[in-house]
Amino acid sequence: MTWETVIGLEIHSQLKTKSKIFSGASTAFGAKANTQACAVDLGYPGVLPVLNQEAVKMALRFGLSVNATINKHSIFARKNYFYPDLPKGYQISQFEIPIVGNGVIDISLENGENKIVGITRAHLEEDAGKSIHDMYDEYTAIDLNRAGTPLLEIVSEPDMSSAKEAVAYAKKIHALVQYIDICDGNMQEGSFRCDANVSVRKHGDKLGTRAELKNINSFKFLEKAINLEVERQIDILEEGGSVVQETRLYDSIKNETRSMRSKEEANDYRYFPDPDLLPVVVSDELLLDIKKSLPELPTEKKLRFVDKLGLSAYDAEILTSQKEVADYFETIINKGADAKLSANWVMGELSAALNKNQVEINNSPISSNELFVLISRITDNTISGKIAKDVFKLMWEGNGSVDEIIEKQGLKQMTDSSALESIIDDIISNNLSQVKQFKDGNSKLLGFFVGQVMKATQGKANPKQVNQILNEKLS
Amino acid sequence: MMHNLTIAEQIKGLKNRDFSSLELTQHYLNRIDNSNLNAFISVTSDQAINQAKMADSILAKGNAASLTGIPYAHKDIFCTKGIKTSAGSKMLDSFISPYDATLSDKLNSQNMVMLGKTNMDEFAMGSSNENSYYGPVKNPWDTKKVPGGSSGGSAAAVASRISPFATGTDTGGSIRQPASLCGITGLKPTYGRISRYGMIAYASSLDQAGPMTRTAEDSAIILNAMAGFDSKDSTSANISVPDYTQNLSKSLKGLKIGLPKEYFSEGLDKGVEKVVMNAINDYEAMGAKIIEVSLPNSIHAIPAYYIVAPCECSSNLSRFDGVRYGYRCGDPKDLNDLYLRSRSEGFGDEVKRRIMIGAYALSAGYYDAYYLKAQKVRQLISEDFKVAFKEVDVVMGPVSPTAAFDLGSVKDPVSMYLADIYTLSVNLAGLPGMSIPAGFSDNLPVGLQLIGNHWSEELLLNTAHQFQMVTDWHNASPVE
Amino acid sequence: MSLDKNKVKEIAFLARLSIQDSELEQSTQELNNILGLMDQLGEIDTGDAEPMAHPLEMSQRLREDQVTEDDLSEEFHEIAPKTGNNHFLVPTVIE
Repeated sequence: MTWETVIGLEIHSQLKTKSKIFSGASTAFGAKANTQACAVDLGYPGVLPVLNQEAVKMALRFGLSVNATINKHSIFARKNYFYPDLPKGYQISQFEIPIVGNGVIDISLENGENKIVGITRAHLEEDAGKSIHDMYDEYTAIDLNRAGTPLLEIVSEPDMSSAKEAVAYAKKIHALVQYIDICDGNMQEGSFRCDANVSVRKHGDKLGTRAELKNINSFKFLEKAINLEVERQIDILEEGGSVVQETRLYDSIKNETRSMRSKEEANDYRYFPDPDLLPVVVSDELLLDIKKSLPELPTEKKLRFVDKLGLSAYDAEILTSQKEVADYFETIINKGADAKLSANWVMGELSAALNKNQVEINNSPISSNELFVLISRITDNTISGKIAKDVFKLMWEGNGSVDEIIEKQGLKQMTDSSALESIIDDIISNNLSQVKQFKDGNSKLLGFFVGQVMKATQGKANPKQVNQILNEKLS
Repeated sequence: MMHNLTIAEQIKGLKNRDFSSLELTQHYLNRIDNSNLNAFISVTSDQAINQAKMADSILAKGNAASLTGIPYAHKDIFCTKGIKTSAGSKMLDSFISPYDATLSDKLNSQNMVMLGKTNMDEFAMGSSNENSYYGPVKNPWDTKKVPGGSSGGSAAAVASRISPFATGTDTGGSIRQPASLCGITGLKPTYGRISRYGMIAYASSLDQAGPMTRTAEDSAIILNAMAGFDSKDSTSANISVPDYTQNLSKSLKGLKIGLPKEYFSEGLDKGVEKVVMNAINDYEAMGAKIIEVSLPNSIHAIPAYYIVAPCECSSNLSRFDGVRYGYRCGDPKDLNDLYLRSRSEGFGDEVKRRIMIGAYALSAGYYDAYYLKAQKVRQLISEDFKVAFKEVDVVMGPVSPTAAFDLGSVKDPVSMYLADIYTLSVNLAGLPGMSIPAGFSDNLPVGLQLIGNHWSEELLLNTAHQFQMVTDWHNASPVE
Repeated sequence: MSLDKNKVKEIAFLARLSIQDSELEQSTQELNNILGLMDQLGEIDTGDAEPMAHPLEMSQRLREDQVTEDDLSEEFHEIAPKTGNNHFLVPTVIE
């Protein structure tokens, strides 16, 4: 009795335009309630929508990034329903003919394999306002600042078969929309919202009834909610019951999903083309312009890192998953730093320090330029890799530039061969029994000698040279 | 008497200091006060006086716009900032608009004088002005009769000379039909000619504003001020505005006039037909050529319109929910109660009927059979006109099957709808149409309809004006 | 297509309109009369005509992405039926 899970995701991505999709009110987050809702947003009698060109361009950027069909003539339609945070009593959305059609995106699974997930469509629509239920006992308070903010609704094919795959897909889209600079991806602020359509079936059966999960604002919760829902559905079906098609809210505190009342009660949306808007026509020139303006996409970048820079697929995946990280990394190697060494530093020390201190890479106290200098000092043998880690810590705490710290702390590597030779000669002459043991075959003792050299030089001797000279003198 | 002057004459009078805008305005305000036609919902006397004084000071400086100081009546469907805008409905009885419609703004910027907001069928739904929350409007020619609708207040005001002109809106005939029933000149321009921003929407793809005046010349003067592209209205056409007064006097010799045979069948009152045919004869005498044309799909205009319009309006009127403005029921128990009672108490019967029809026609399973089918029929109707306009320059016919009927005499909604037969096609095709006074039947005015191709307002006004040069119907008045 | 009273109630709720039971009979009749008019559409052969959503052959104009609106919330709230703490208020909604 093995159950298969079928998951499709609907992602609402708030587009980072300055003004709303159909009006000139601001979309800036955090304003005092209802100060960014103009007459058009409030649905006063007689107001009319006019389409924001940036929203169209952003939708096209997305479409081109997922190799989607672009519908050169798309239509805005009204989705009619009553809710207090929907001022006009309808949401302007796209129904039969969305601006972006079928596309694809590939995701990396945990086992390292790739999977292709289909994107059914992506369409433009306006966001609703916010309903606040706990401000008053007898009232629900409505803030319409958010009403009219442009959304790109990205609908996936039901191609995912586990919560982990769904999360991988969501993360990929999350990274992509930030990469192409159409969304700030801030899930806490609600600029990136995932709804999951989940159903189960026995292998070979047709698709089961699905439930829609809403109110999920983190990837962690997405995984939990989906797994909970799969369990719930399987339990129902195994007891002979049937799954109801409904919308369920995820409660992260109680870690459960519950059915949503009234809002989704048998809603007949009565879609029809919005007569206040005309067909959106996209020219070939516009598409070409947008294509040219797209940055190198994560998939292409990853390939380049592997092919041209010789990085492993795993490393390339990590370095390209977030645009800011990729940009940081590329600044370093574009200055000429060694790719592998740079990758290790970015993914290692830097990443650890950022995580530990809960800092985003954009706010890193060590800039990419400074890290470049540090890496260069390793490559040019000024300091060893081990010492570099100490320097890194001091840089992080704001103790000056790489060179300043090396100078002040006297951390310069000893590379003077003659000086090293004389120190090594001293150590050899003071440790004759170990020398004899080494020459007799105890090759592990090399470490002892290296240790002695390091002690004598306070760690500043260049390990490679030390090894070389020791091997010469002890042979 | 000042009120018997046309706008063209009043403009001259103001320029020549024969009278001031203040005198003109006060004259009209007095007449409005003494009128019992119920043509106005709000009379903005204080503001009008102030506007007139302002206009006079600008006129004195000599740098006035063409319409500075001219008074007008504004249909209560246009938002006017700081002033009650009711759309003839209890739903908006308390609504003081926080913004100006583009049209209101345009007229204000010429320093015109707004006398008040005129009565209308609620949310522009009706053909008799009997559907207003503020009571019916009376026809100045016979106060037991309807003035037509939905711009009944505007038509009655102009006909009874209590305003030199009025703004109207036309979705299925709401300028042309009341113009016909009240004996004045009404023009619905091409869809997209005048901005819809701030004009409370009934059926978005059909609604269009237009001037209601006594003469075609006045209509041209006003159209100059009303027309133009508006960036706030996505359906506004970015087409330049010619000077509509320039070619009014061109000769009509050789003008090809099409008479649709479908417009002259049974159902058309004999008296009305006679007036229309006499007018056609007058055109022939002016050198026009009369050609029979056919608009075979025009009979389907009624079902097509009475699906498209209700569908669009059912959605347009969803915003009236008692939440952000307008009527809210007392002590709503919960959200649904708020919606149900605010809307049921706020809307009149005809509005509720059309909302229900629209909601039904758009609902799951019916969209294809109704809305989509109606839009296909719309295409056919539009094509009929395209074919006709290959043969003729202007199409003419009656506006309404009868002259004005008794108040309260038509109770059945469907009968009311059927009377729109001659005007609906024009809106469905987005074409410009006019009604001009053409005579009387049983002492009641009868209008002649002129329909032109897209953007042919100049030709229509010219055609109308020349008729008014050889006939006197437009000068007839029900009052002194 | 004929509507029965239940369907009429359904449609009314969809449009958030309430019909009193005393009016239901008349409303149903009126609506059915109007529908009779609309049903004439079914008999028309529209061939391969495309549905016409707009009378003019125009495409959607695009607006520049600029903030052009000021904060008029004070004026807006003045004409609102019920507000509190800068919010519009409605009876509590349970989700």
